[in-house]
Amino acid sequence: MFTGIFKDTSVRVLIVFMISLCVISSFILPDWMQNNFMYGLSRGLAILGLMLLWRTNLVSFGHALYYGFGAYAVALCQKYFGITDILLRFTIAVVAAGLLGFCLGFILRKYREIFFAMLSLAFSMVLYGLLAKAEFLGSTDGMSISPSTLFGLELTRQYLFFLITFFVICAAVSIQAYLRSTLGHLTTAIQDNEIRVEFLGFSVQKAIHIKYVISACLAGGAGGLMAASLGQVDPDSMVNWNVSGELVFITIMSGWGNILAPFIGAIIFEFIRTYAFEWAPQAWAAIVGGTLLAIIFFFPGGIWSIIEKVFNYGKKKDVK
Amino acid sequence: MKIKIFNKTTKVASASMLVASCLLAGTAFAKDTVKVGVVSFLTGPAAGVFGVPAKQGAQIVIDAINNGTMPAPYNKQGFAGAKMNPIFSDESGGGTKQVGLFRDFVEKQKVDAMIGYISSGNCMAIGPIADELKMLTVFSTCGTPRLYEEKLRSHVFRTQANAVGDSLAAARYITDMYPNEKNYTGINQNYAWGQDSYKFFELGMKQMSPDSKGSDKPQFPKLFVGQYGTEISALSLDKAKVVHSSFWDGDIEAFTLQAMVRGFFQKKIFVSSVGGSAVDALDKKFPDGIVMGTRGNVGLLARDDKSPLNVWFIKEYKKRFNALPLGPSYQYARSILAYKFAMDKAMAKAGSFPTQDQVIAAMKNIKFKSFTETISMARGGGHQAVHSVGYGLTKYNKKGKTPGAEKVKMYGPECIYPPAGTKSEDWINAGMPGAKCN
Repeated sequence: MFTGIFKDTSVRVLIVFMISLCVISSFILPDWMQNNFMYGLSRGLAILGLMLLWRTNLVSFGHALYYGFGAYAVALCQKYFGITDILLRFTIAVVAAGLLGFCLGFILRKYREIFFAMLSLAFSMVLYGLLAKAEFLGSTDGMSISPSTLFGLELTRQYLFFLITFFVICAAVSIQAYLRSTLGHLTTAIQDNEIRVEFLGFSVQKAIHIKYVISACLAGGAGGLMAASLGQVDPDSMVNWNVSGELVFITIMSGWGNILAPFIGAIIFEFIRTYAFEWAPQAWAAIVGGTLLAIIFFFPGGIWSIIEKVFNYGKKKDVK
Repeated sequence: MKIKIFNKTTKVASASMLVASCLLAGTAFAKDTVKVGVVSFLTGPAAGVFGVPAKQGAQIVIDAINNGTMPAPYNKQGFAGAKMNPIFSDESGGGTKQVGLFRDFVEKQKVDAMIGYISSGNCMAIGPIADELKMLTVFSTCGTPRLYEEKLRSHVFRTQANAVGDSLAAARYITDMYPNEKNYTGINQNYAWGQDSYKFFELGMKQMSPDSKGSDKPQFPKLFVGQYGTEISALSLDKAKVVHSSFWDGDIEAFTLQAMVRGFFQKKIFVSSVGGSAVDALDKKFPDGIVMGTRGNVGLLARDDKSPLNVWFIKEYKKRFNALPLGPSYQYARSILAYKFAMDKAMAKAGSFPTQDQVIAAMKNIKFKSFTETISMARGGGHQAVHSVGYGLTKYNKKGKTPGAEKVKMYGPECIYPPAGTKSEDWINAGMPGAKCN
């Protein structure tokens, strides 16, 4: 699956982009931007997960379920076991969300279109209800998360950022490897014609289930990293339906052409939000919404389609 | 090849760092302005009755101090001589989002201090981050006692007393005014503020009126729900006559309107610990005879207070915004006063423009004159204010056409707060030793 993965153009571009982001943000850009990159990259993982589903024509309106589950897994492991190691945090978030996704996948893999979207929304709101009611989980106040460590040493924000970038590269490269495998190629095939795929001898439900679990893992990891980089989790900003909506929105805004697209989209989203908040504290939501609308109107293929046009990037890949 | 690029990057980096350090040095020495983030709800259900009046209260005091037009003892212009440049920001969106914004304020906007925060949930989220980023933060309104009882904070101050006093004063008022009512219940929002408020009301009632009994069905709807049909039915069926509520924001308005049409307030003694702002918002529509608090001697209960600062504040507020100042207006204005007081004190001590550490040292344990009383930062290691808390019965003033209150009783801080260093819950359960109530 991973053979020749580093010869893949997308992977190369991704690695170069991530490393240059690290270098530029450490040396040239002001410190605060690193926060936005950190949030953008973390959230980008969840967007990558949604993009995977989208390739099979499945839109989940409940991905905040895994996003929040990962974040709360990190928070609870700190509260009850004192775990603050970033490697453990990331692993716990991914595994916890993956397990939940595996269980729910048995139900969800049978549904398509609006039924899939609404059912996933329902599941996420169940978790939201539980978290908002349970006082020992902090109810709507949530919980604060102490700064991350690595092998017992406290991490500075700078190193946390590097590590997040590292996790993101690993995750994105694995996803590219998955997309290049037979299972990955099935995704678009399922989108085109499910019955044909079945006749080719593949189980559509199984393929979707696997994809769903991968997507859940990514969203969980995103939540875990977000929790670690923000230092706070609460149901309203991690699990509520509008968080799911936001994730879907960024997915559409980013476009689905490439594994790099979600990260660029998510970073741009963070910057739009930061500046909107600064310029118009009373009308920031309208600015964010307006920008997203404009992108959808004028660039239906998302931000990635702009990049493709500018760099002529996608065409080259097609020729190959 | 690689080495070449590295060299180039180092050059660019060192050049830009040089520029940046020059810029930074420039801002650090020329202190004719202090940049302060002022955070309150500017959108959502809590904006109208809480966030916006809070911002307006802060604006009046900031402008007056910047121009040197504030009455004594704040008549000296500026904050340690510097003008305040406030950046108003929105508090909505939950704790996690606010933490992100707080980091932006510190690292991007490079503020000198942060003032504000209404929601207890946000304060609990911001507290640890403020200490981590070493940013002087003055909380204005939020009331959860957990903020300092869980951990002392190095960079966080709060100029508003916590929920313990609000709830205990409510329990005192009930036992003083309605000694025969033994059954009580409550409707509170299901988060730190609501949970704590009801918990301390219940603990207080148990101590002050030992044969009283709390309902086994107190209601805890979610914050900002706005629909209380089922809860009102449940409370109406409950035999408990006293109903405690710490609703604030749009929720108290919504609840009042929905309960009123069902004759709820005729059947029950409704105790609202923060509803004062809704009284003004609903004006003459607000029912009379509700036990109303404003979390201190402010807002509705301070309308007739003749202290010069209070008279000035009400007059200025009316002139500029054509409205009366509400509780949150006072609370935010008070935080600004505390900040000025500490800045001036630190400057007098240091002899030059004070550093943040000097301001923090100066702010500890201060007693500063607020609008209606002198407030001392006597708890939470000198970081937490205590002040008196009062309750009264709402009574619309038909002559003046303004909402008002009658039978107001103020309870001093020694009556309703535990002594420094004692946990509220332990103190109440021990029978509130040393409490001095007049």
